[in-house]
This record gives sequence, structure tokens and C-alpha cells, in this order.
Amino acid sequence: MSEERRIRVLVAKPGLDGHDRGAKVVARALRDAGMEVIYTGLRQTPEMIAEAALQEDVDVVGLSILSGAHLALLPRITELLRKNGMVDVLVIAGGIIPDEDVPALEAAGIARVFGPGTPTDEIAAYIRQQVAERRQA
Amino acid sequence: MFDEEQLKAIAEARRAWERDVLGPALARAGERRDEFTTVSGRPVERLYTPLDQAGASYLAKIGFPGSYPFTRGVHATMYRGQLWTMRMFAGFGTAEETNARYKYLLEHGETGLSVAFDFPTLYGYDTDDPEAEGEFGKCGVAVSSLADMEVLFDGIPVDRITTSMTINGPAAVIWAMYIVAAERRGIPMAQLGGTIQNDILKEYIAQKSWIFPPRPSMRLIVDTIEFASRNLPRWNPISISGYHIREAGATAAQELAYTLADGFTYVEACLERGLDVDRFAPRLSFFFNAHNDLFEEIAKYRAARRIWARAMRERYGAKNPRSWWLRFHTQTAGCTLTAQQPENNVVRVTLQALAAVLGGTQSLHTNSMDEALALPSEQAVRVALRTQQIIAEESGVTNSVDPLAGSYLIETLTDRLEADAEAIFGEIQALGGVIPAIERGYFQRAIAESAYRYQHEVDCGQRRVVGVNCYQMPGPITIPLLKVDAEGERRQRERLARLRRERDAHAVRQALAALRRAATTSENLMPYILDAVRAYATLGETCRVLRDVFGEYREPSLF
Repeated sequence: MSEERRIRVLVAKPGLDGHDRGAKVVARALRDAGMEVIYTGLRQTPEMIAEAALQEDVDVVGLSILSGAHLALLPRITELLRKNGMVDVLVIAGGIIPDEDVPALEAAGIARVFGPGTPTDEIAAYIRQQVAERRQA
Repeated sequence: MFDEEQLKAIAEARRAWERDVLGPALARAGERRDEFTTVSGRPVERLYTPLDQAGASYLAKIGFPGSYPFTRGVHATMYRGQLWTMRMFAGFGTAEETNARYKYLLEHGETGLSVAFDFPTLYGYDTDDPEAEGEFGKCGVAVSSLADMEVLFDGIPVDRITTSMTINGPAAVIWAMYIVAAERRGIPMAQLGGTIQNDILKEYIAQKSWIFPPRPSMRLIVDTIEFASRNLPRWNPISISGYHIREAGATAAQELAYTLADGFTYVEACLERGLDVDRFAPRLSFFFNAHNDLFEEIAKYRAARRIWARAMRERYGAKNPRSWWLRFHTQTAGCTLTAQQPENNVVRVTLQALAAVLGGTQSLHTNSMDEALALPSEQAVRVALRTQQIIAEESGVTNSVDPLAGSYLIETLTDRLEADAEAIFGEIQALGGVIPAIERGYFQRAIAESAYRYQHEVDCGQRRVVGVNCYQMPGPITIPLLKVDAEGERRQRERLARLRRERDAHAVRQALAALRRAATTSENLMPYILDAVRAYATLGETCRVLRDVFGEYREPSLF
């Protein structure tokens, strides 16, 4: 591509979890890092998130969840994304997610889980690198 | 507090000190930073002296504890008379598991209960609702009906111990379940003591567990306040909360101002209903955060008491001194806990709890060290409770009332937070009040801005967080985490199915129909909700009726 498309990111809050401080801070940081960011707002079902990802034609889906419902909700989202044909989309997660749950999420197609205390520029750098690799492939 | 002559001499001495002592010291070695700020970003001076309090009147601004304007505390003897209530916020999985946790905490010396409900309960859904999928018992205990509430408090002396419940959208229904569960044990409602959070304004602003739009929500809240003032004299029907506002990213001044502005809004709503201020105001209670900045937090609590007392007496004309009291619960700041080196959180929590105690709290929850990773384990919650007990029994800070009063720094910070809050009240007023400001996203935007500024300071290393951006340690985090009973959800669903099967379906239908009719009028809904609960209508069914009549709130998604 001669003219590189700006990276498009969907930041989403699955389930009933109302803790949106992290999602909003990350959304703002990614926007300040030059990405186009769409924030879904609260209380999104997996279906709503997968649909929004498709409609918005995003490169990245960032899922923020602090409720503990990650094992129930996140694999459903990756499954629906695949069903929508979004096999290349980068899916990442953040929130209160114990280490021991990470392998199951990775197996379900979550590329990376960012825990509390992650600097926002680390997330931006990771997204840039991953999206660049996917675009070259 | 000082006469002209003294102040003149102090000012002169200060100039000499700056010239002869400070100047050379700075010339030899500068300071570590150009500017020192509180955790809220407020600049802090090198030194505070009587000059900062030059115009202050001790009697008008500080006074005596138990006396107007209550800057020094609402009780004359404070912790010499009675310690704060040690009230640990707890709840997970089924009512059985949480009941066992309450008994464990009481055995270890906690003096009040505090219920954390799971997300479906907070949103008025039963465990078997499709909306509840994956969320059962994760962030608190699931309570879908009176049957769950009966299990939750089984064997706990609710006539003697007070219970606080963090419930907002469906607060009236959960409260009714607590009242009826006690009633079934022969304990009349007039004997019950406790608190329902029931503060919907801060839900729209920060915590986000709303159900109904603002206006019907305010009506429900006034219904509960009115009902409590007539029938439950020991109950706090609302806990006006800054905690979640702060957790969402607000500064200390924003937390203070938004919370008190919410408080004024509730007072005005009750007055509009025609309630007598001195009947309901004494049972309004508050809930603040205890963040990392020790002095700023202490000043915040002191400023809160002074502002509230003045408004209640001067603006709302309350005559009963109890109406002037700002009584508050405190929780240490969950957002300051780190997943990295979690043991360090014990130290953070100690400092935060100390701020709450030095600020004169009535009740305190201390967070557990593992909460950036999961719900607290038994061991972690015990250490958190012991932290309060050590402050109470060993540190000596409880021996004297408001021990930091008169500190030039503390008094100056108290004055400044008060002035900041007044400025914010002006902004809210200019937008037409709290509800119009919510509808325009004023609070949400300001909080997101403060949260982003804080994260930016941490990211660029300007604000240091031990274990996160300095003094890091590689390697995995090893700390035992709570395991929730995997079979719990099945048992809860079974209990719910049995309840729906065995209850008198006709009675449920009748009670819900009566509630639906009353909801369209301006009648107080509490008696109708109590009847529905007595008939074992579930939380979800009762809230469904109110959702049909009131509609649901949708927020604009700003970041």
C-alpha cells in the first residue's frame, strides 16, 4: 500500500461490567497515538461487539473487562468475529484477568492480555507492530 | 488566629529565613523537582506557616468537634468514645458462600457488614436471565429473591449488627428483601440499622450501574427516604458516594464537589416532595474514597463536613444539629492497588486507612492486597481487617480528636479544597444543576480528562508507582487467589426454579400488578415493593415491571 490506512480500533466493554476508566484511557491514548478509535460504550453483548467490528471494518478489537466474566464472554467474541469472516483482526484484552486464565484466552484467539499497570504506549506499540505484520502477510 | 503584630514579625522572620537559610541551601543543592504536587495535581508549597492562615477565624472555620461547623468531627469524643465501624465490603458466588465469609469476618472482629452484589443483581436481573450470562457471582453475591436474602443473613444477628448494601438501581427492591427477611425472623423493621447506597446520580456520573432514567430514579430514592424517615429510624436510606467518582479518575476536589452537589440535589428533591428537612436529613450518609495522598485526603473529609454543615443550616434551613452532620463511610482506593508485587498493597492500604481515620470517618473498608488480581482470598481479607485493628489498637492516632487540626498545611489544604468545591458548584449551577450536567456529559468528560492526565503522568514517569514504573521485579506474580465454587451457579438456578414452582403464582401476579398501577401514580412505591417481595416475586420480575413503566437509561459514550 502506498498510502497506509490509519489503524482502526474498536474498544469495547463486554457484559455488564461498568468499570470503564481503563477502556476510556486506552481509547484516548490510542487516538492520541494516531489511530482511529471507536468506543462502543457499556453493556455490549458479544453479538453487538462482533457486529460493530464488522461494520466499522476495524483492524483491532480491544476488549476491556474487570468483572471476572472474561472466560464466558471473550471466546464467544472471537468465535463470532471468525464467523463474520474477520480472521485477520487483532483481538486484545485488558482488565482484571488472573494469569492462570490467560492460556485459555490465548487458545481462543485473544492475541495478548494486558494487565493492570501496562503503560499505554506499550499497547500502542504492540498494535502497530502486529497490524504491520498482518498487513504485510 | 494570630494578631497583626505577631503576623508582621513572622513575615519578617520568614523573609530573613528565605534569604539566610533557604537561599544558600537551594544554591548548594536544588530540590528533587521543579514542582511538587498532590496526587490530584494540586501544587504543594515547600512550607506552610501562620501566614497561610492569617485571616482565619478559629471559631468560625475550625471550632470544636461535635459542634458547628464540624470541621473537627461530628462527635465530641470521636474515637475515644467509640471506634469507627470496621465494615468489609464482601460478596461472591452464592448466598451460602458469602454468608460463610460474613461469619468469618465477624469472628475476626469486624463490626459491621457490607454486601457486594454481582452485576446481574446490580442491574435488576435474576441469575437465570439471558443478560446475566457469565456474570453470576463474579463481582459479588447473586441475590435474585427473598429466598437468597434469607440464606445470605442466616444465623447473623441483623437486629444487632448494621448492614450496608451497595445497591443502586434496584435498591428499593433489595432493601425490601432485607426488611422482609428480618420480618420473617420476628425482627420488626424499626429495629433494623444499616445503609443502602441508593445514590443513582453517581451511577450516571461514574459507577454506571443504573437501570432507570434520572427522573423516575429520583422518585424511587425519595420514596425510600420518606419510607425510612417514617418506619426505619436507624436506617440510612442513601449513601451519597464520591468513592466511585474518584475511582473513575476524578481528583480529590472533583470527588468532594460532585458528591456534595449530588447530596444537595437529593435534599432539594425531598424538599420538593414536601418532606421536613429535619425529619430526613439526619439519616443522609456519605461515602468517600481514601486515596494515596495522605494530607489531601484528610483535608477533603474536613472540608466536606464544613461545606455540608453550612449548606444544611444556612441554605436549607435545618434546625436539628444532626441534620448538619456529614457522617461518612470510607473505602481505600481500589484504583491504587497494583497487580505487580501485590504485598506492597498492604502498605498503600495502611496509609489510606490512616487518612480516613485522621479525617474522622464513621466506618471503614480496607481493600485486600490481591484485588488487582481477583476477589479477595480469606487470608488477604484478614490482613486488610487487621490493618484497621492495628491502627485502632496500636498506633495511638485514636487518642485525640482531629489530631492534625491547626497544622498550617492541613488547614490551608482544607480551605483550598473548600474553595475548589465552591468553584465547581458554580459550574454545575451554570449548567442547570446535576441532572442537566449529567445529560450533557459534564462530569463524565471531566473525570475522563483527569483519569487520562493521571495515566499520562504515570506512563511518562512523572508520577512514580512502586513496582509499576519504578522498583520493578521481573517474574510471575505468586499469591493465592480466591476460588469460587464452580457448582454455585447451578445451585442458585435450582433454588430459583424451585421458588418459581412452589410460590403462590396468583399472589405474585397480584402484587406485581398493584406495583405496576402504583408506579404510574405518584404514590410511595415501598409498600408495593414490600408486598411483591413478601409474595416471593423475584428481583428481575419486580424490576421488569418498573422497567416497563419507567424505561431504561442510555448513556452517551464519551472518552
